[in-house]
Amino acid sequence: MHYILDAIDFVLQPWSYFLFSVIAFWAMIKYRETWTEPAFAVKLLWGAIGAIVFSMVYSDHFREIASLPDNVPIFLMVFSVGFFTWLSFRQGVLNDRRIAQGQPPIEKETSDKKVYVWPDLVYVEFIATIVGGIVLLVWSLCLHAPLEQAATPAWTPNPSKAPWYFLGLQEMLVYYDPWLAGVVYPTLILVGLMAIPYIDKNPKGAGYYTFNERKLAIIPFLFGFFILWVTLIFLGTFMRGPGWNFFGPYENWDPHKVVVLNNVNLSEYIWVRILGIGLPANFLIREMWGFLAVGAYLVALPPLLTKKIPLCQELLEKLGVARYGVLMFLFLSMASLPIKMVLRWLINLKYVIAIPEIFFNI
Amino acid sequence: MLDKLKKMIDEKFAQAPSPEAVKKAIAEGQIWKSIFRHGYPDTPRNRVMAVLSNLFLHLHPVKARHSGVKMSYTWCMGGLSFFLFLNLTVTGILLMFYYRPTAEYAYYDIVALREHVPLGIMREIHRWGAHAMVIAVWLHMFRVFMTGSYKPPREFNWVIGVVLLVITLLLSFTGYLLPWDQLAMWAITVGTNMARATPFMGYEGPGASMIQIGGVHLVHGGSDIHFALLGGHFVSEATLIRFYVLHCVVVPIVAATLMAIHFWRVRKDGGISGPL
Repeated sequence: MHYILDAIDFVLQPWSYFLFSVIAFWAMIKYRETWTEPAFAVKLLWGAIGAIVFSMVYSDHFREIASLPDNVPIFLMVFSVGFFTWLSFRQGVLNDRRIAQGQPPIEKETSDKKVYVWPDLVYVEFIATIVGGIVLLVWSLCLHAPLEQAATPAWTPNPSKAPWYFLGLQEMLVYYDPWLAGVVYPTLILVGLMAIPYIDKNPKGAGYYTFNERKLAIIPFLFGFFILWVTLIFLGTFMRGPGWNFFGPYENWDPHKVVVLNNVNLSEYIWVRILGIGLPANFLIREMWGFLAVGAYLVALPPLLTKKIPLCQELLEKLGVARYGVLMFLFLSMASLPIKMVLRWLINLKYVIAIPEIFFNI
Repeated sequence: MLDKLKKMIDEKFAQAPSPEAVKKAIAEGQIWKSIFRHGYPDTPRNRVMAVLSNLFLHLHPVKARHSGVKMSYTWCMGGLSFFLFLNLTVTGILLMFYYRPTAEYAYYDIVALREHVPLGIMREIHRWGAHAMVIAVWLHMFRVFMTGSYKPPREFNWVIGVVLLVITLLLSFTGYLLPWDQLAMWAITVGTNMARATPFMGYEGPGASMIQIGGVHLVHGGSDIHFALLGGHFVSEATLIRFYVLHCVVVPIVAATLMAIHFWRVRKDGGISGPL
């Protein structure tokens, strides 16, 4: 059995994990008609449960990590996000079928009918409160809250991990410096979330589940939520070990694992390896290529995309310059994470702009 | 003798009023009316009154869209987030009876909660409830997004919701330090280290070295935002008391205020969303 585990460990690398999750995401969108069928979804659920049981049974390491009390919420997150993704897509698919036939969405059938809040809503709340309370009580009776040994500044645990809901940000630290991964990107995520209702001018799809009517809104949002948030939390929990090195899910966390640090800055690539003249002393000249690259990405790329891609043109006309500009900036910011990841994996790129003198590294 | 007793009981029961009559007598009695201001809510008028004349229920409208009260539509996640918040408030207050936020006592007070405080399970409820609340808030946002419920006129309530997401994470994060164990201390160390890199405001952030007067740096390790957050260079007792006050007083007050606005705006913006 350990051959299978070793094979999975061998195949899973940061790049392949990312690739697999992107393929899974694409398949989720593309084959939504198929997998949302209840019979198929149940098979997926059994598959997920089977995979976890298999891992728990055959890998001592996985069982040890998975049963840490602070990792319990990860399973709650994975299964609840999975279930509710199914629930929303299922209703979206059914509604899309109805809309294609010229019928209104299912919600429309009863939305004009009003019910008394007492008792029709109050009893739902009442039951939800009782069920929620019981679940929480049973959970608390069965599992102790995590408590390790007393805090001491003298012993740093390796790995030191942030609370589980911030592991996506901690994973970003592999690719970007703290000022970006820990400050600027979180701010942009929040600003981007707040901007959604002001950018999305599509009047359709308000108040009911649908996919076809809101593709352009749903795909980027779910890409961010699933690929850049939930799967990174999963990765950070199970595949980041001592030294924040990457380990396969069944690989023992060897604190002495040696990982080659051969990442190279863009400036060194160009000045030293291509031009062969060494790094200039002035850091502004040294990093001019990086400034050019970042400038081109943020300033020159949007007009180019707008010109070349009909969809972008259409969006520009629909949204107006201001909305479109903000959308483009937020989109490019979001895309900069996977782009940097891919550059790291392909050419070991460390920094596009590297000015450690003033902590300005991109 | 026995037959006589049985007969007597039967007779007494035959004379007793029916449950309906008892209910009616109570629901129309002076005590009930003085508390609820209306009769038992089984008529349209009294159902309306039940919501309108009750401080806690009056957040609701009197009537709601039938599609909007279905579990498959709402997932109940907003309500569960609020329920968990109330739960956390109650268990949190109980925990405050037993917990002293000092480096000397904090950890051992938590151990005591586990080992010998009666109903020490309130810490488990508090901890797991906090994790559950983070997930519930995400799922609530996910649902609101998937149903397009942020669309006009509900744009601003979505913005408040995003702020409430941040508040939820902040509540969880500040609470993470309080057990004062290795998990707490180092998770907070990892998290707060980011503050050092804040542009211009953290001493390892870009631009901070440019803020100087006559060669004297204004933003340094002892004056930056990281220091202000921790009350020192490292996570220490000063950090513990800061996070304790933030966790128990400041952030909950902000959360409660924003929640009030959030709920009120749900009503003002047309109630729970539904297809037009």
